[in-house]
Amino acid sequence: MPNLEHPAYPAATLLHLEGLVPCRESQVSMLLSIFGERQQFSFPSIFIYGHTSSGKTYVMQTLLNTLQLPHVFVNCVEYFTSRLLLEEILIQLQNCSSEKGQTSRVPCDNFNDFIRLFKQAVASRELQDQTLYIVLDRAEQLREMETNILPAFLRLQELTDRNVTVVLLSEIVWELFRPNTGCFEPFTLYFPDYSIGHLQKILSQNHPPEYSADFYAAYINILLGVFYMVCRDLKELQHLAALNFSKYCEPVVRGEANERDTRKLWKNIEPHLKKAMQTVYLREISSSQWERVQHDDGEPGQLKGLSAHTHVELPYYSKFLLIAAYLASYNPVRTDKRFFLKHHGKIRKTNFMKKHEKTSNHLLGPKPFPLDRLLAILYSIVDNRVAPTANIFSQITSLVTLQLLSMVGHNDQLDGPRYKCTVSLDFIRAVAR
Amino acid sequence: FGEGNNASEDTELRFATCQSLWSQIKLETEQIQENLNKQLFDNLISFLRQSHSEFQEKTTEWTYQMKSREIPTAALVLGVNVTDHDLTFRSLSEILQNNFTPYIALLEAKDCPGIKNLMQKLMRQLMNCYVDVDSLEDEDYVQVSQNRIRCSMTSIINWYESVTKKTDSETPSKKRTSSSRHCQSPPVVVIFKDMESFTTKVLQDFIVISSQHIHELPLVLIFGIATSPMIIHSLLPHSVSSLLCIELFQSLSCKEHLSTIIDKLLLTTQFPFKLGEKVLQVLINIFLYHDFSVQNFIKGFQLCIVEHFYSQPLSVLCCQLADAKKRVNSLSHEQCENVRRLPSFRRYVESQVSEKQIALLTEDNFLKEVIQKLLEDLHFYNENYVSVLRCLHVFTSSLPKYPLGKQIRELHCACLEHEVWETEEYESSLQLVRMLNKSDLVTILQQCVEILGSSSGNEFDKTVEKLKEFLTQFQKLEAEAFQERDVSVSSQKELQKKTDLYHLQKTLLELKESRRSKKLTKFEMLRFEVVDYIDSLVRNYLVPADHKTLHEIMYFNTASVLRGHLNAAPRIALHTALNNPYCYLKNQALKSDGGSMSNKAPDICIVYKLHLECGRLINLVDWLEAFSTVVMAVEGPNADAASSDQVDDTIHARFIRAVSELELLGFIKPSKQKTDHVARLTWGGC
Repeated sequence: MPNLEHPAYPAATLLHLEGLVPCRESQVSMLLSIFGERQQFSFPSIFIYGHTSSGKTYVMQTLLNTLQLPHVFVNCVEYFTSRLLLEEILIQLQNCSSEKGQTSRVPCDNFNDFIRLFKQAVASRELQDQTLYIVLDRAEQLREMETNILPAFLRLQELTDRNVTVVLLSEIVWELFRPNTGCFEPFTLYFPDYSIGHLQKILSQNHPPEYSADFYAAYINILLGVFYMVCRDLKELQHLAALNFSKYCEPVVRGEANERDTRKLWKNIEPHLKKAMQTVYLREISSSQWERVQHDDGEPGQLKGLSAHTHVELPYYSKFLLIAAYLASYNPVRTDKRFFLKHHGKIRKTNFMKKHEKTSNHLLGPKPFPLDRLLAILYSIVDNRVAPTANIFSQITSLVTLQLLSMVGHNDQLDGPRYKCTVSLDFIRAVAR
Repeated sequence: FGEGNNASEDTELRFATCQSLWSQIKLETEQIQENLNKQLFDNLISFLRQSHSEFQEKTTEWTYQMKSREIPTAALVLGVNVTDHDLTFRSLSEILQNNFTPYIALLEAKDCPGIKNLMQKLMRQLMNCYVDVDSLEDEDYVQVSQNRIRCSMTSIINWYESVTKKTDSETPSKKRTSSSRHCQSPPVVVIFKDMESFTTKVLQDFIVISSQHIHELPLVLIFGIATSPMIIHSLLPHSVSSLLCIELFQSLSCKEHLSTIIDKLLLTTQFPFKLGEKVLQVLINIFLYHDFSVQNFIKGFQLCIVEHFYSQPLSVLCCQLADAKKRVNSLSHEQCENVRRLPSFRRYVESQVSEKQIALLTEDNFLKEVIQKLLEDLHFYNENYVSVLRCLHVFTSSLPKYPLGKQIRELHCACLEHEVWETEEYESSLQLVRMLNKSDLVTILQQCVEILGSSSGNEFDKTVEKLKEFLTQFQKLEAEAFQERDVSVSSQKELQKKTDLYHLQKTLLELKESRRSKKLTKFEMLRFEVVDYIDSLVRNYLVPADHKTLHEIMYFNTASVLRGHLNAAPRIALHTALNNPYCYLKNQALKSDGGSMSNKAPDICIVYKLHLECGRLINLVDWLEAFSTVVMAVEGPNADAASSDQVDDTIHARFIRAVSELELLGFIKPSKQKTDHVARLTWGGC
C-alpha cells in the first residue's frame, strides 16, 4: 500500500487525505514531493492533464484544503478575459490573507499591473514564508487570451520573486499549449483515466446510509456492466447511479427479494438501465422526467424524447426553396441542364461520368452555390409561376437564421451571395413528402 | 386619411368608425392569443415552480447529494414563424413577472456575439428589473452597480444575495405582499429567444459557467426553438448538454392558430367588416406560401380595414346595424349619388318596376328607406350565412378526401367565390353524404341543431324543428331496426336448423333481398330527404356575397391593391421604373410607346435600356458611344460638328454618373477579366 508519507505534514492528516482521494495515491504523493515543505520554494509551474473527470480538480482542491496550504483557485472559463482573471486572483488573494471582509476593488488591466499588485498583496500578508499556489482550472482557455498571459504565468515565480507556484489543469496535452517563442517548460503530470476497478471502488464508497455497502457495491457492479461501454465519466455515472437506485431497491422494499438475492435484482434492473442508456444518458428526456416516470411506474415509452420531434413545418415556398437549395448543394452544376430543362440534349454516357459518380456526393458534403442558381432551380421545380417578390427573398434569409441554410463567405454580400444547404437527406425527404 | 375626398363624404366619421372597429378587433385578437397560449404558459410555469422547489428544500438526502446538479431548462418549440415569437415572449415574460419571479432576462442572439456581451446584457437586465420591483429609494445602489464594469457570475451572485436578503429584512407587511406573488428566493429566468442563432461557444461557455454556480444562484433557462429540438444536440456537445435538465414544451401550430383567428374574426357577426373572397385568398396564400406568421395575417387584415375605409366613401355605413340605420338618414346628396353608382345597386334598380326605378334614382328620401331595408337584409344574410356555413362544414369535413376542403376557411372561400351548389365538388360531396351511415348522420345532424340553435337569428327555429324531426325519425328507425334484427336473428336460427344445402341457399338469397329492399324503403328515403333539405338550405343562405345588393359597403374586395402592398416585388418595380419612367414620374414628355428611347428620360434609364441589349460583359466605350448618340439625337443637326470624334465632357460625366448609379443598384459590377468592361449581374428582362 503506497502510504502517503511526508515529513512536513502530520500523519493523521495524510491518512485522512488518502481516504478522500481513492485511486490517486501515487499522483498525490508525487505532488507532495514536488511541493516540499511549506516554506520551501517549489517548482515554478506544474501542468496537470488528463481526460474529463479523472479527478484533477477534485484532487487539487482536496489536497490544498486538507493540508491548509494557501492557495487561489480560479476557473478560466468563468473569467473569460485576462482582466477578469487577474482581478479575480487578486480578490481571492485579499480574501484569504486578511479576514477583514472588505474587498477593495483593484483595477488591473495588464500583467505588469498584476505583478505589482501581486507583490503588494503578498507582502502585506503574514504568510510570506509559505508557498502560495495559484490553480488555474480549464487552462486551455488561456490560449485564447493575450499571448503574454500563458508564458507570464509559467514564470510567475521568477517575475514576482515570491514563493509562488502556478498549477495549470487541462484536458489537453502540453504540446498543444506551447507558444512559439521560448517559454518556461512546466513540470507535466498525467492523470490517467480511472479503470473499471477504480470506478467501482470510488462509486461504491458513497453508499446510502439505509443500505449496506455490499448491497450498493453489487448495484454499482451491474450499473457499470451496462454503462461502462459508453460512458467512463465518473460524474455522469454517479448521477445515473443515484437516478436508478430507487428502482433497484424496489423488490427489496416490497419484500419480494432480500439484499442478497442479486440475480433477481439484476433481472429487475437490467432492462431498466438499458432504457436509461437510450434516454436519460443522451438527455433525450430530462432526469426529473425520468424520476417522475419511475415514481409513477409508468412506461418510459410514452415519454417522447427530444429527437422524436424532428418534423418541422415550413411554409409552402420555404419547402421548395429548401429542396432547391439541397439540389443545388448536392448536384454538380453541369447536371442542372439535364435535370431541370425540358428540352435538354441527349444524355452522353461516358465512362468518365460513371466513374466520377461512384463517389457519392453525399459523402463529400454540401457545396456552395450562388443565389441565382437557387432561384433558377426553384422556378423550374415549382409548378406554377413564382414572382420574385420580397417575400421569397426574405424567406431565404429566414432559412439562414433557422440554420437550415448557411451563408458562405462574408465579403461582397450584395452581389452574388453564396449559400450552402446544411440539412440532411432524411430531413429533405420529410420536407418533400 | 381624408385627403383627395371632399368633406361631404364623412371622412371624419369614417376615420372614427375605422379606429373603433380596429381597436375592437385588436382587443379580440389579443384575447384569442392569450387563450391559445394559456395552456402552454401554465405548463411552463408549473415546470418552473417545480424546478424551483428543489432549490428551496435543500434536502440532505443521499440521492440529492449524489446527483450532479443540472440546470432546469425548458425547450420551447414555437414553430418557424419567427415574427410571432416576439409577442409570445413578451407575454410570457409579463406573466412570469406578474406571478412568478421578478428576475427575468430576455437574450437575443444578435446582442450576444460573445460571452462578454451576453454577461453584460444579462446583468443589465437583471439589475434593472430589480429597480422596477422595488421603489427608487435605493438609487445609489443602482448607481454603484452600473458603474461596476466587472460583469462576471460572481457579481451576479453577490447581487442576487443582496437582493434576496433585502427582501427578507423588509417590513413584514411588505414582505407578505411580495411573498404572496413571488416565492422566497425567486429563481432567475434567462430566456434565449432564438436558440438557433446563438453561436455554439457562447452557449456552451454560459452553461458551463452557470452550472458551477447553480448552488448559489437558482437559474432557469428557457430556449426558444424555431425548428426542432434536435438543434440542442447539434449545438451542444454531450459534456455540456449533460449539465442541463431539459423538458420540452410545444406551442400550438400556427395553422391552428390561424384557423381560430379566422373563426373568431371573420366568421362572426360581431364585426360588420368582411373580407371578400379574393382578398381573403391573398392573405391566406401569403400565410401558407411565405411566412406562417399570424402576426402578418392580422397586419394584412388591418391594412384591409384601413384601405376599405379610405377608398370606399360609403364605408361610413359599415358599422352595427342600428348605427348604420341612423347614419343612413343623415346621408348627403353626394353620398346618395355614390350609392346609386354602386354596381350592385344598379343591378337592383334594373330589376325593379319602372316607377320605382325613377323614384330610386331621383328621390333621396325614398332611396334612404330602401337602403335601410337593404342593409337589414344584408345583416340577416350575414348572420344566416355563418350558421349555415358551419352546418355545411360539419357535413363536408367528415367526408373522405374532403372534396370541399378540410378547413372551414376553404369552404368559406368557395362559397364566397361563386354559387357553391353549381360546382362539381359540391355535387360529389352531396353524393358522399348520401352514402353516410346512420350513426354518423345522426351525430352530424345533432351538431347542426346545436349550431343553428345557438345562432341569434330566430329565422332558424323552423329549420331546427325540421332537423329535430329528422332526428326523431331516425330514432324511430333505429327502434324498428332492432325489431328487424330480432327477426333476422330468428331467421338465422331457423337457418341453422336447416341442413339441406339447397334450402340454405334459397333462404340466404331471400334474406339478402329482403334486407336490401327494406333499407331502400326506410332509411335511405329519409337520408335522401335530409340531403335534399340541406341542399335547399345551402341554396337559400349561401349565396355569394357579391350577389347581394350593397355588398360593397361591408365587403372589401380589391385584392390587387392588397397584393401590391403586401407582396412587394422589388426587381419588377425597379425594372418598370428604369424601363418605363413614366410609370412613376408621370411626366407627359416621358410617355413613350415602349420600344424607342427618348433622350428626355433620365440618364440612368437610357443607360439601363442600353445595357439590356448587351451580353454578360459590356464594353464601356461602346456603351458610351451608344449613350451619346441617344442623348444627342435631338440636338443632332446643329451639334454634329462637335460630336464628330470627341464626346462632350458633360455627356461623359453624365454617363459615368449613370453607370455608377447602376452599379449601386446592383445591376453591374466591374470585372477583372477584361479591362474597360463591366459584368452584368442580372439575366433576362428582370
